[in-house]
Amino acid sequence: MKTIEEIKAAIEAAVPGAGVEILQNPGPSGQHSLVLRQEWAVEVATFLRDDPELALDFLSNVSGVDWQDKEISEKVKVTHQTVKTVDGVEQTVDETVEETCKRVEPGHLEAVYHLYSMEKKHGPVIFRMRTANRTDKVELPSLTPIWRAAEFQEREIFDLYGIVFTGHPDLRRILMWDGFKDHPMRRDYVEPDDFEYEPTAHDEVLTRAQAHEIATAGAVAPEGAGQ
Amino acid sequence: MSAPATDISIKLARQEGWNRPPVIEPDGEGELLELAMGPHHPSTHGVFRMDVALDGERVIRLKPVFGYLHRNHEKIAENTSYLASMPYTDRLDYFCSLTNNWAYALAVEKLVGQAVPERAEYLRVILAELTRIQNHASSIGFLLQEMGASGTPLMYAFREREKILDLFEGLTGSRMMCNYMRFGGCRVDASAAWLDATRKVVFGIPEFVDEFEQFLRTNEILMARTQGMGILRPELAVNAGVTGPMLRASGVNYDIRKVDHYGIYDRFKFRVPLGDHWDIYDRYMVRMLEIRESIGILEQALKEIPGGPVMDPKAKIRGFRPKPGEAYGRIEAPKGELGFYLISDGSPNPYRYRVRPPSLINLTVLEDMCLGHNVADVVLIFGSVDIVLGEVDR
Repeated sequence: MKTIEEIKAAIEAAVPGAGVEILQNPGPSGQHSLVLRQEWAVEVATFLRDDPELALDFLSNVSGVDWQDKEISEKVKVTHQTVKTVDGVEQTVDETVEETCKRVEPGHLEAVYHLYSMEKKHGPVIFRMRTANRTDKVELPSLTPIWRAAEFQEREIFDLYGIVFTGHPDLRRILMWDGFKDHPMRRDYVEPDDFEYEPTAHDEVLTRAQAHEIATAGAVAPEGAGQ
Repeated sequence: MSAPATDISIKLARQEGWNRPPVIEPDGEGELLELAMGPHHPSTHGVFRMDVALDGERVIRLKPVFGYLHRNHEKIAENTSYLASMPYTDRLDYFCSLTNNWAYALAVEKLVGQAVPERAEYLRVILAELTRIQNHASSIGFLLQEMGASGTPLMYAFREREKILDLFEGLTGSRMMCNYMRFGGCRVDASAAWLDATRKVVFGIPEFVDEFEQFLRTNEILMARTQGMGILRPELAVNAGVTGPMLRASGVNYDIRKVDHYGIYDRFKFRVPLGDHWDIYDRYMVRMLEIRESIGILEQALKEIPGGPVMDPKAKIRGFRPKPGEAYGRIEAPKGELGFYLISDGSPNPYRYRVRPPSLINLTVLEDMCLGHNVADVVLIFGSVDIVLGEVDR
């Protein structure tokens, strides 16, 4: 089994310009992962599967992760030039002050893929893809054409996280019902107050019947209509 | 055959859409009948729906519909502490709660780098193999039930299952919702009397298996209905992430107990049964043979089990906060690869908790296996996948 650095080098040799980065895992499990750029993801994934040395033919697990916007406060040393009176003489002095800086790191949605090889019996190789943001640019390329195992799992991520997998053959909700809005696994999801409420055909029929009654009030019923 | 050669996969992969279900044209006579099998069809083992399009008796399209039992298990687990999810994992695949416990404990132990004492490892193996036996026996019982042998054969399996569930109750206090494993060991120790009782039960299982196997080996109707039906090609099985007895019945030699050697599985001698014809019959035969291998593992484990603590004394229970990081742990559950993917951000709750459910992912190829068969056979093909809806819908 190659190390993650060797896999990165192999990818870069096979797919020039792929720009793969390594994400170190600080925990004791030692499962480091690769971050793929989405425009190269299909090429890189095809290489990972078809390369005779890696032969990662088995896609085990696909999971979505939601990373919200993060406000980071940092203490930064800033040097100001201030005018001070020293011994009765005005002087310009450099003064170093510690200031708290706040910046917002934009959030994103992530899809994490765990690959193993059934032929070589090694793994896992982990890679992840990130969307541009959490609101309107949530597309990622679907890897279902490469590994069929992703079919239901990507549908599940679409359903619960709202990542749109372009190129997926059958992207529909899988666990929630079709008329459901919003994505329940997002960290900022708020449950509706009335969880059981669903518009039913019955409501619609009632509204239509009411409209019909108003429209026909006072009109003479045609012969033979109604009893 | 062993693992499919890569050149076959590559050759196939060059054809566009080779891993999609084939399109079957109706023969043009009469109309198509669209039928919803389920969610209350008795053969679905729960609430599950298959939307099938029938041309006469022939299935030409099949779409599985899930979600009737969905309760967002993952979200609930992310809102509570690590340990509090342990009893909830019992409810995923409620036939095999102990293997669910083990998979979750293994993932958390990987996340924090926790060691497990020897005796606890042996107890885990014993309980996991007992779980495998009762799951496979029931699964074969359900096959006979679905073919019309109503009641009796299934009760043969349940009679044996009951003995194993009694053992679970004796050790963990519950028949099905065991909640037995902890991060760094097991909850309580097994007494010598319990181990003796287990030996007695294990001693009696081979006789039951011999008797039960007659159903598979000699029943002409069963053979006629299952042999050559619902074939799953190994290339497709690998590509679709099918695992467990389903995969091995398609002839791919991949058992996580052998590959990962998680726990102490490298100490036991056992063989991995493989299918030759990739059909329904092979799937049940593989399960039957796996029961026999499990008995072998149990005999070895019960002979070798050492004394000692069942819980690592250094294991942290209160104020359990793993350092930031992530881990994916997986085991060979009776139904396939059960994995847990955890991301920690240093807080007492997991930042991300993901279950890799074997039942759901094995259903990916359901349509491929059913197309072109009669609607009555869909019931058998679906049963041969061996799913539990608590795990599919989560």
